[in-house]
Amino acid sequence: MIQLNNASKRFGDTIALRPTNLTIKSAKTTVLIGPSGCGKSTILRLMNGLLQPTTGDVEFEGQLVSRDSALELRRRMGYVIQDGGLFPHLTASQNVTLMAKHLAIPLDESQQRLSELCELTHFPEDGLSRYPVELSGGQRQRVSLMRALVLNPDVLLLDEPLGALDPMVRASLQTDLKAIFRSLGKTVVLVTHDMAEAAYLGDQIVVLKEGRIVQEGTLDDLRERPSDGFISEFISAQRSLVQL
Amino acid sequence: MKLLFAKSFFPAGCLGSSDVWKAAKALPILNCLVVLLIIIPLTANAQQIQVGSKRFTESYVLGEIAKRLLEDAGFTVEHRQGMGGTIIVWQALTNGDISMYPDYTGTVQEIILKSKTPLTSEQMRAALAEHGIGMTEELGFNNTYAFAMRRETAESLNIRTISDLRNHPNLKLGFTHEFLNRNDGWESLRKHYELKMKPRGMEHSLTYVALNSGDIDLLDAYSTDAKLGEYDLAVLEDDLEFFPKYNAVFLYRLDADPNVISAIGALGETIDEARMIQLNVAAERMKDYTRAADLYFEDAEPMSAEAPTPGVNLEISQFFSKIVPLTREHLTLVVISMFFAVIIGIPLGIRASRPGLFSQFILGLTGIIQTIPSIVLLAVLIPILGTNMRNAIAALFLYSLLPIVRNTTAGLQDISTPIRESAAALGLEPRSQLTKVYLPMASRSILAGVKTSTIINIGTATLAGFIGAGGYGELILSGINLNATDIILQGAIPAALLALLSQFLFDILDRVVISKGLRLQASV
Repeated sequence: MIQLNNASKRFGDTIALRPTNLTIKSAKTTVLIGPSGCGKSTILRLMNGLLQPTTGDVEFEGQLVSRDSALELRRRMGYVIQDGGLFPHLTASQNVTLMAKHLAIPLDESQQRLSELCELTHFPEDGLSRYPVELSGGQRQRVSLMRALVLNPDVLLLDEPLGALDPMVRASLQTDLKAIFRSLGKTVVLVTHDMAEAAYLGDQIVVLKEGRIVQEGTLDDLRERPSDGFISEFISAQRSLVQL
Repeated sequence: MKLLFAKSFFPAGCLGSSDVWKAAKALPILNCLVVLLIIIPLTANAQQIQVGSKRFTESYVLGEIAKRLLEDAGFTVEHRQGMGGTIIVWQALTNGDISMYPDYTGTVQEIILKSKTPLTSEQMRAALAEHGIGMTEELGFNNTYAFAMRRETAESLNIRTISDLRNHPNLKLGFTHEFLNRNDGWESLRKHYELKMKPRGMEHSLTYVALNSGDIDLLDAYSTDAKLGEYDLAVLEDDLEFFPKYNAVFLYRLDADPNVISAIGALGETIDEARMIQLNVAAERMKDYTRAADLYFEDAEPMSAEAPTPGVNLEISQFFSKIVPLTREHLTLVVISMFFAVIIGIPLGIRASRPGLFSQFILGLTGIIQTIPSIVLLAVLIPILGTNMRNAIAALFLYSLLPIVRNTTAGLQDISTPIRESAAALGLEPRSQLTKVYLPMASRSILAGVKTSTIINIGTATLAGFIGAGGYGELILSGINLNATDIILQGAIPAALLALLSQFLFDILDRVVISKGLRLQASV
């Protein structure tokens, strides 16, 4: 579905991502995980063309992601960021339907899509007329998710979507996200620094460190066959309450 | 000051003062708005004879005398009162904005012709003719410079002549900018009389106020100035004969109607010093230049006991007949200049919000414009636009840019990276990102810039009075000139009310333009 071919990114003297090859499989949830500054968010931004690679290239379904193609490709990739990135001057429903309106999709069609999405994301319909500032953190992320899904994209890119939420809200959203991913059967790329979240949501886990991929595989692969000490350390550093 | 007034009037955005509404209705502003959109009075009637004058009483009176003289000869005349200093009026004459104005031989020689040596009348006429300008016979009085002090100060220090000043180097001197800087002005006099003081430059009509309050001890005046008598000032004798002759004349365009030229020529040798002082005193007493000028045409003793009541008791209807056209002019200045400031300032602000040298250039340039004194900006624009409303509008437009450009830039730059990335990641084209996300999000800041700009503009528009381009500035400047607080207030109060009204209208506009989501966000 999405492919990084020797793609790297450098900001001045800082290397964000070393030359990397990575293939995102269709209809699976791939989780990018690693400590801060490991390059996981950079990979996500390369995928939807917010960043251009310094070397190498990125393909989306065989098409090169470039400055020219990015506009059209982004409409096929939903994108959710940590604090939602909602536009404060628009209500929840205006945020969600902004692109539908922009692309002149008929009103009844986008209204129907809106109520489908409310149901899917468990967002109360009476909250649609509220402005982002009037919503809770969890509700904002649900609106942001609806906005990402409104054009029925092929891919969903999520950059630490639950990072700013308190643990209770976080747990309930994790459950909802898992159900949503399963029911939609979309290709999902999710960035997190939380191993438990990665294990819970991911089919495939990619561990990064200092701008390079250390290991990729299922949770079992990582647990049973860690490629080096960093992997075992990373997994054991995130022990659960049960183990304490 | 107007801003503070506005704030105390509308505490925390509460808008309910019926007084303001009454005032707003009393000034038929809405009518004026409609009218000015239909007839923008930028073009003067071509058949009209335009008479100019400088910004002091005697020049106003001479201008009014010329006006009546020409009207008696059958012409339609407009008197552009108090256009400014010599350079401004001279440029207005040479570029044809006016047909004539009164001046003095000393000024013609020193400032206009910049001659280092004394010239005869014939030499002056020949030199002026090269500019297409003619000079009438001398009107009959010499209005040269004079130094004046409070009588009690002069007597207690025993100062009678300019030479006596040498013994009192600590006296505080306040001079007009013109006298300070002209060739035959302060520098030459200082050398001639070997004086050591450091004078301050001031607006002429303000020097009397300063002298009266003891802020300065000595001022420069014209020898026929009515205020010398009014304030009972001691005039120092020019014992070393420094000051040259300043014989009054009219300068006129040689291409003017010959009947105009012959009509104005009839003024030659008809006003002596005593007569001129009488007319000046009458003008200042009556606060009415036209009626003072009328005295010239009467043989009767002009200083009759029943001096008409000054402007304080102006009839209300008289006040409105004056204030309505001035309001229309003031609104024309503000509305047109703000219109262009908004449609040019916002795009400039958008461009300046992007990183790079060009953005620095835009912000730097609009900042520099703000530092140019208004009188200088007007003077710079005169050769291009003349002395009319267009000039004042251009100056106001330039002064109004900075708050709009800065606030637009700041509002856009304040938008966070996550929001920018979200707008881009949705697949919005850059243009739609701007119109659908960035500009609405920056609307509060942009509107605040436009509001600031408008209120400053309403105050600054009084500068149009400097070049006789209309508006409340005319009342304010002639009030300063006549030393009449009531006339200043007749111009200043409507200007303040206009600022309040615009504040009120913008508060309504805020609710229409700025999204509720942003207003809620600001209050959290």
